[in-house]
Amino acid sequence: MAWLTEQEAKAKRKTDIGPPHYSKMLPPVIAKNYGKWKYHEVFTPGTMVHVAESGDKVYTVRVASPRILATDNIRTMLDIADKYCDGYIRWTTRNNVEFMTTNEANVPLIKKAAEDAGYPAGGIGAGLTNIVHTQGWVHCHSACTDASGLVKAISDELFDYFAEKRLPAKTRFALACCVNMCGAVHCSDLAVVAIHRKVPVIDHDNVKNMCEIPTTVSACPTRAISPDPAKKSIKINPDKCMYCGNCFTVCPPINIHNPEQDGVAIVVGGKVGSLRKGPSFSKLAIPYIKNNPPRWPEVVEAVKNILETYAKGARKHERMGEWIDRIGWEGFFRETGIPFTHQHIDDFTFMRDTMRTSAAFKW
Amino acid sequence: MKKYETPLLDELEKGPWPSFVKEIKTAAKKTEAANDELGQLEKSYRDKKGYWKHGGIVGVLGYGGGVIGRYSSLPNEFPGVAHFHTVRINQPSGLFYNTKDLRVILDLWDEYGSGLTNMHGSTGDMVMLGCRTEALEPFFAEVSSRGWDLGGSGSALRTPACCLGKARCEWANIDTMDICHDLTHTYQDYLHRPAWPYKFKFKVAGCAVDCVASIARADCSIIGTWKGNIAVDQAAVQDYAKGGMDIKAEIVDMCPTGCMSYDGKNLSIDDANCSRCMHCISKMTKALKGTGEKGATILIGSKAPIVVGSLLSWVIVPFMKMEAPYTELKEFSEKIWEWWDDNAKPRERTGELIESKGMRSFLEAIEVDPQPQQVYEPRKDPFFFWKDEDLA
Repeated sequence: MAWLTEQEAKAKRKTDIGPPHYSKMLPPVIAKNYGKWKYHEVFTPGTMVHVAESGDKVYTVRVASPRILATDNIRTMLDIADKYCDGYIRWTTRNNVEFMTTNEANVPLIKKAAEDAGYPAGGIGAGLTNIVHTQGWVHCHSACTDASGLVKAISDELFDYFAEKRLPAKTRFALACCVNMCGAVHCSDLAVVAIHRKVPVIDHDNVKNMCEIPTTVSACPTRAISPDPAKKSIKINPDKCMYCGNCFTVCPPINIHNPEQDGVAIVVGGKVGSLRKGPSFSKLAIPYIKNNPPRWPEVVEAVKNILETYAKGARKHERMGEWIDRIGWEGFFRETGIPFTHQHIDDFTFMRDTMRTSAAFKW
Repeated sequence: MKKYETPLLDELEKGPWPSFVKEIKTAAKKTEAANDELGQLEKSYRDKKGYWKHGGIVGVLGYGGGVIGRYSSLPNEFPGVAHFHTVRINQPSGLFYNTKDLRVILDLWDEYGSGLTNMHGSTGDMVMLGCRTEALEPFFAEVSSRGWDLGGSGSALRTPACCLGKARCEWANIDTMDICHDLTHTYQDYLHRPAWPYKFKFKVAGCAVDCVASIARADCSIIGTWKGNIAVDQAAVQDYAKGGMDIKAEIVDMCPTGCMSYDGKNLSIDDANCSRCMHCISKMTKALKGTGEKGATILIGSKAPIVVGSLLSWVIVPFMKMEAPYTELKEFSEKIWEWWDDNAKPRERTGELIESKGMRSFLEAIEVDPQPQQVYEPRKDPFFFWKDEDLA
């Protein structure tokens, strides 16, 4: 294939056409029974069936994915879909891959073919599914940890909860490589978010050339930044800075990266569904663990401890946050053995709402 | 191509979970971009820091978004990633693909880009990870001539996303895939040409389980619901009981409104007190079903924490009918955009503007009446505003 010339590209290009209509992408059984599904049953963590009012059935095999996929490996998935799924495939909103077939006999064959290609089945129902994550050092200027590597290390360790073992309820795990949090880290059962801990270092010469001073000053949520007219730059009040990095986003010469001090925090107990207890934010469990690539053993150990403490203590159908509500946060810190620190008490925007105002609590 | 030693990344090829390193190495056999991505990433693992510059402004003619500029800060050491731009391709609703059409995209990406993708990005686009500036126009011409278009980026309408809805889910109260497709096509101009204070996201979920996390990360969260009763198939309830489900502990006692009871034979629901949270239906899908009028609850304002903290979306319209061509939803959205565009500071999301201007200002601008469904509780302080028209 040769590249299009500029003229050819101009002649060929179309704009504002939007994505193709989904009807071209649906397996026939899906198109036929659209809006007429009756129920579904989960067979194993990687397989389920949906049954339509017509009596038609569609079997789904869900498999793991690292989200970063090479074209050649996607082709391998498409070969499986051509062989067993009439040439259709889909992804889930959490980046798992799903193979659908009307022929139950294909289910173990799909499972085996995907596993042979390196993509094991799992992720349905009361367990772990793909950890939703961000770009990390693979592709982002803002990252203060690597997302894919941490996710790989954690998913290896917790693999049984994806493929076989069950938890009290589904556990949605997310990971963000900075506080911008591309993805729903802030409302996950268990999540890792990378943080900074040091005031940024300012390259004054470049601030002068690259940044708009008023925009940079107003980018700071705690008003820690003020103009520095002598230097034609800005200054930062270290007592007010809480290291969000928003100034770095609008003004690159304000360098907030610090490889020895950057690391990750762990937050827990959020969810997005309205079932039982409503949607809620994740809250701080561990304020800091250092970056330790390539396998971040301290982070892996910490999330495993939280997950397994939850698995032991929660009642059936109780999500992480519901379990914590029942035993109380003092119970959470007691059961997990995680130390409680100054960082756990909100001194930014929500102190009023989060301090206890009752004499009733647990030891 | 240079051969990189990658002892640290090699550690991440071990273990049962699929390895992203294996993916990068697969692509690195074909393209220098993926090969140098591998080399630069190994250096990041060694130095515990990234080597990417802030994005620059790159794109395709006539669009202000869809491409995210990315340059290595070490272009001499890793020339293959000197330019490593992202191209967002708008996904089809529900993330279903036929293999034939997807293979065409893959072939084009091998030709023009790194051979690396994200399936998918957080907002929902197919993310083509890493190409050079001069590849953007011809790649765009190739994909658009085959019926695909770019997604959103920057201060624009972002690519709308949805759960798979009626395609394969018995809980879908609304046609999420059609709503998503319709909004995407109706607002192509807003999507491709950033003209707003900041980003704006739509996410459409078929029910309150919210598999697309709309309530946490969409400025406009559209969540399917119903107005009638929950129909109970008592025989199916008995089947669940026989199958080992403890109906009292798992269903009745976990109902957040306490509107259910079970006498060992019949499951009864006090529908007037049901909040339609989906717990019982999701656990006994064969036995329970929402009935009556279907539509959506519209919630506004959610976002991630940058910069003054995360927001969940607020209930603004408790119930809206959702029938094509979704005129009510579109008129509602356009009113929000007008108010937001007139009032917001740069990089201020809709939810943040509502906080700074006040909910009354917002509700009046979009002509929605105050209703108790919008709040958990009324205000608790005695300081409130009166307008002249309230006194009349």
